Amino acid sequence: MSRQREGAPASWEVFLRPRRGLAHQHVGSVRAADADTALLRARDLYTRRGDPLSLWVVRSDAVHAVSPDERDPFFTGARHKPYRYPEHFAPLTEKGPDGDHLD
Amino acid sequence: MSAQPTATEPAAQDELLAHFDGLIASGATIEPRDWMPEGYRRMLIRQIAQHAHSEIIGMQPEGAWLTRAPSLHRKSVLIAKVQDEAGHGMYLYSAAETLGVDRAELLDALHQGRQRASATFNHPALTWADTGAIAWLTDGAAVVNQMPLCRTSYGPYARAMRRVCQEEAFHVRQGYDLMRALCEGSPEQKAMAQDAVNRWWLPAVALMFGPPDTAAGGADDRTAALGAAVSRRAITWGIKRHTNDELRQRFVDSCVPQAERLGLTLPDPAIRWNEERGHYDFTPVDWDVYRAALGEDTHWSRQRVAHRRGAHEDGAWVREASAAYAARFGADGSPSEADTEADVAAVEAARDGAGERV
Repeated sequence: MSRQREGAPASWEVFLRPRRGLAHQHVGSVRAADADTALLRARDLYTRRGDPLSLWVVRSDAVHAVSPDERDPFFTGARHKPYRYPEHFAPLTEKGPDGDHLD
Repeated sequence: MSAQPTATEPAAQDELLAHFDGLIASGATIEPRDWMPEGYRRMLIRQIAQHAHSEIIGMQPEGAWLTRAPSLHRKSVLIAKVQDEAGHGMYLYSAAETLGVDRAELLDALHQGRQRASATFNHPALTWADTGAIAWLTDGAAVVNQMPLCRTSYGPYARAMRRVCQEEAFHVRQGYDLMRALCEGSPEQKAMAQDAVNRWWLPAVALMFGPPDTAAGGADDRTAALGAAVSRRAITWGIKRHTNDELRQRFVDSCVPQAERLGLTLPDPAIRWNEERGHYDFTPVDWDVYRAALGEDTHWSRQRVAHRRGAHEDGAWVREASAAYAARFGADGSPSEADTEADVAAVEAARDGAGERV
């Protein structure tokens, strides 16, 4: 989280759902002392164009994060487990994976 | 969310550096929590802060014309444009904060002269046509400069620049449209447009691209070597993608036909098509030309920062009131345990301060 100078307003991460069918996406951050002001600032900053549907603001210091580079064992999931992928197995038809549609 | 550099052993440092170099070489982005060399972090903070400062200081010359726009349409457009510039500054301060600085520190550095905005805006907007010339020429130069930054190696900076570039296209077009209207108007209006171009061409072509950094750009060997060393560093790290002089040439090539269509003359007698190079020749931007364009230590250069500092100081009561409100009602807007008498007093004091001004 951002190092914060004493007395500076809190940092808020901004998430925007740009249109129907999409999840909220992280777009940046604003500074504000409280949540309502953070929403107003996020609106002024990230929704000046388009037809945005929804905004979230989350205090930056409330986000708990982990990244592969920092704690590799945390993410030793998928890479070494090829059996989690369909390509690991024989296709269902002679056409190969392309003819494999089940839907 | 910012990077948290962690203390590491020297051997691990080599490994981290190799991993970092590998990411840059593969064209992948560096993200806030990734390890990065201290020089990379410093170069980014310096560049992003300078860029953010330029956006907010850049509001001033055009902002001065908001109350004097010739029609409601032009006024609405100019308000939207100036508001975008403020927004661009905020996108960039937000990106800089992911590198572990506080935007309040960066603003202090601007106010105290430890960091600077682009010298382009040390020049005044003397007539209405200047708002068009600024948007067409300096924003046009900014687009040429900023398109490659959409692929810069630091993820948050690249994403901020993609937002900026989407909006910048509107700035250039409305500026060109404003100039076209003047050029199709009365002889006086066309003369006003030409005068604005005469004054804004050099700031755009020299200052928006930075000092000369290649011998081909017309710099002497020593200057070129100095500029090249900085550019090379930035290019190695994927922060920059092109030399200043390359981008300058690209800008001149795009501007000359646009000026011809308006029937305006760019104030550089050396501009002519060079069949052999496939580019327009123009007066090289050497250090003398560059310095002449700077307008440093002039009334306007002092005025820009003083005005910004004044706005910041005038807004102190709003920040205090906002902090007092949050202290009383909690940052999430609900009443909190911090609702002490002292906080109530602070809110009341802030309200009194506010009352004096309305």
